[in-house]
Amino acid sequence: MTSVASGVARKKKVTFSSILMKVSMVLIIAVAVYWLGLNLTNDPKQFAQVTVNGLNNGLLYALIALGYTLVYGIIELINFAHGDLFMLGAVFSFSVLTEFLGATGPSSKNYALLLVVLLLTMLFCAFINVSIERLAYRRLRNAPRLAPLITAVGMSFVLQWIGLKWIGSNPVNVNTVLPSTDFEVAGIIIAVKTLIIFAVTVPLLIVLAFIVNKTRRGRAMRATAQDKDASRLMGIDVNQTITFTFAIAGAAAGAAGIMWAQTTGTVAYNLGFQLGLIAFTSAVLGGVGNLYGAVLGGIIIGLIQSYNDGLAIGPGQRWSQTMVFTILILLMVYRPGGLLGETAQEKV
Amino acid sequence: MANTATANTAPAHTAVSGNRKWAIGFISAVAFFFILNKFLLPQATTPVQQFFNNWFSLTSMAEIMIWIVMALGLNIIVGYAGLLDLGYVAFWALGGYVAGWLMSPFFSSLQLNFFGNARPGFEFGIHFHMFLVLILGGVFTAIWGVIIGGPTLRLKSDYLALVTLGFGEIIPQFMLNGADIAGHNVTNGAQGIGGLDDVNLFGYVIGTFALPEKFLMVSVLAGAMIFFSIRLRDGRLGRAWLAIREDELAASMMGVPLWRTKFASYAIGAVGGGIGGVGFAILVGGVYADRFNFVISIIILAMVVMGGMGNVWGVVVGATTLAWINSIGLIQVGDLVNNTFGTNINFPSYQFLLFGLLLVLMMLFRREGFIPEARIRMVMNEDKIDDEVSDETKIASN
Repeated sequence: MTSVASGVARKKKVTFSSILMKVSMVLIIAVAVYWLGLNLTNDPKQFAQVTVNGLNNGLLYALIALGYTLVYGIIELINFAHGDLFMLGAVFSFSVLTEFLGATGPSSKNYALLLVVLLLTMLFCAFINVSIERLAYRRLRNAPRLAPLITAVGMSFVLQWIGLKWIGSNPVNVNTVLPSTDFEVAGIIIAVKTLIIFAVTVPLLIVLAFIVNKTRRGRAMRATAQDKDASRLMGIDVNQTITFTFAIAGAAAGAAGIMWAQTTGTVAYNLGFQLGLIAFTSAVLGGVGNLYGAVLGGIIIGLIQSYNDGLAIGPGQRWSQTMVFTILILLMVYRPGGLLGETAQEKV
Repeated sequence: MANTATANTAPAHTAVSGNRKWAIGFISAVAFFFILNKFLLPQATTPVQQFFNNWFSLTSMAEIMIWIVMALGLNIIVGYAGLLDLGYVAFWALGGYVAGWLMSPFFSSLQLNFFGNARPGFEFGIHFHMFLVLILGGVFTAIWGVIIGGPTLRLKSDYLALVTLGFGEIIPQFMLNGADIAGHNVTNGAQGIGGLDDVNLFGYVIGTFALPEKFLMVSVLAGAMIFFSIRLRDGRLGRAWLAIREDELAASMMGVPLWRTKFASYAIGAVGGGIGGVGFAILVGGVYADRFNFVISIIILAMVVMGGMGNVWGVVVGATTLAWINSIGLIQVGDLVNNTFGTNINFPSYQFLLFGLLLVLMMLFRREGFIPEARIRMVMNEDKIDDEVSDETKIASN
C-alpha cells in the first residue's frame, strides 16, 4: 500500500515540475513574440532593415557553428579553440590579402585575389585544426571527458596568443575589397556586402551538406559519429575520418574568418572568444551534431542579436552578449537537444 | 568486530594530527611574512628592502591568499565533485559586490549602520561589520550557486560547463552595465564601488594602507578555507563527492543522492568564491567590474588543474605558484633574464601562451597534477591503467 502511495506522490511531483517548465517556457516565448510584434507594428521598415542585418551576421555564425557541430557530432568534444581558429582565419586573411597582396578597394583583380585568399585561408585553418587534433585531442580520446575539454580551453588560449602576437592587442582596421555601396528595395537598404556574403556562404553550406550526406567520406563520418568501434570493424579508418572532419570544420571557420574581416572591416585578437560562444550557442540552438540545425541556429541567433541591438524598443547593444548567453542558458534548461536535435538529456 | 573498529579509527586519527601539522606550517609562514614586513623590513637596508619588494611584495602575497581561497572553492566543484565550472569569476564578482554594497557609502539614499565603521563624513550608505559581510557574501553566492547549478545539474558535464560559462559572462556584464538598471544605479558601472570602510576588529582599526594587517586578515581567510576543505573532504559529503567524481553510476547504486550532492558541491564551492570576493574587495578597498573576465576563471581552473585536482595541498601550491608568476614572477624573471642575457623580451605578453600551454601539457602528460591525490591519478589515467590491468590478468592467466 505504502509503496503505491509513494509511487503516486512521486508521479504527481514530476508532472508539477514539468507543468511549471512548460508554463514558464510558453511565457518566455510569449514575451519574445510580444516584443517582436510591438517593434514590427511600431516601425515595420526598421524591423525589416534590422532583419536584413541579422541575416548577414547569422550566415557567418552558421559557418562557425558548423565547425562546432561537426566536431561535437564526431568526438563529442566542445572544441573551445574553434572560435579562435576563426579569429586566426580573419587575421591570416588580413595579413595576406590586405597587407601582403595589397588588395584594397573593389576591382575585378581584387575579387579574383579574394577568391584565391579565401581558398588559402580555408586551407590554413584546416591545417591548424588538423594539427591541433593530431597533437592534442587524439591522445586524449579515451581519457575522462574533463581532460579534452580543458585541453581545448588551453588550445584556445594558445591560439589567442598567436593572434595577439600577430596583430597586437588593438583592433586593426581592414581595408575591405568589397564595395561599400548599397541599394534600396522598398525603402530597405541592402548592402552589396550582404549579397556577397550570401553568394559565398550559401554555396559553401551546400557543398558541406553534400560532402556529409552524399559522399563516401561523409558516410564514414556519420558512421564514426554513431559508433567508432563498429565503424572500425566495417573497415572505416576512424582516425582519418576524424582528421577529415577537423579539416572541413577548420575550412568553414577559415571562410567565416575572411568573410568577417571583409564585411565588418575590423580584426582583433579576442574576436574568437565572443564569436565562438555565439556560434556555439547557435549550434546548440539548432541541435548540436545536426548540420542543418547549425545553419538554422546561426541565422536565428544572428536575427535575435540584431533585433536586440537594433530595434527601437529593446534592451540595446550593451546587453547583446547577455542576450545570447541567456538564450544559451534557457536552451540548456528547456531543450538541451536543440530545435532539430533529439533530446540529449542524460538521466542521473 | 573490534579489529575493524580500530582499523577504521586509526586513519581518522592520523588525519587529525595531519591537520595540526599543516596548521603549524601555515601559521609560521604567515607569521614570518607578517613580522618581516611589519617590524623587520622598515629597519632593513635598502637592497634588502628592494629584494623583498621586488620578489615577495606584500601586496602580491596578500593577493596570493585570495587566489588560494578562490582555487580551493573551485576545487570543491572541479576537484571533489568532478563538475567543470568555467565561470567561477561570477562568484568572485558577486562576493565583491556584496562587500561593495554593504560596506560603503554607495547607496547614498540609505543610512544603515550595523556595527559598521563608516568614515567620518560618509555616514550615509550601508555599513555592516566585516564578519557579517563575509557571512552575507557567502550566503548570497551560495544562493547564486544554487540558481546557476539548480536547473542544469541534470545535464551532461560539458553542457554544465557551458551554462557556468554563460553565467560567468552575464554576471560581470550585468555589473558593468549596472549603472542604469531601469533607472537605478545598482553597481556604478565601469567605475565600480570604491572607498570601502576600514575594518574595525574589536576596536582595532585596520586602515586602508595597513598592508601587513590586511595580509594577516586574508591569510586567516585562506587558512579557514584550507581547514574547511580538508574537513569537508573527509566528511560524509566529501566522500559522496569523491564517489560521484569517480563513478556516477556506481555512486548512485551505493545510495548517494546524485543531484543533491552535486547541488551541495555547487553551493559550497560558490561560498569559497564569495568569501574570497569579499576579502579581495576589502583588500583593495573597492570593487571594479572590468576585472572580472573569462581569463580569471581560466587562471583559477589552471591553478586547480596544475596543483592536482582534489588535493588541497596541490591546489594551494598551484594557486601560490601561478598567482606569484602572474603578479610579479613573470615580470621579475623576465627582467632577470633580460638583464643577464642582454635580451629584450616582453615576458608578461607571454601570459596567454603560458596558461594555454600549461593546461594542454598538463592534460597530455600529467593529468593528475603535480601533487596528485592517489585516487585522482587512477581516475585520470584510466585509459592507461586499463592496459596495465589487462596485462596483469594476462600474466595471472598464464
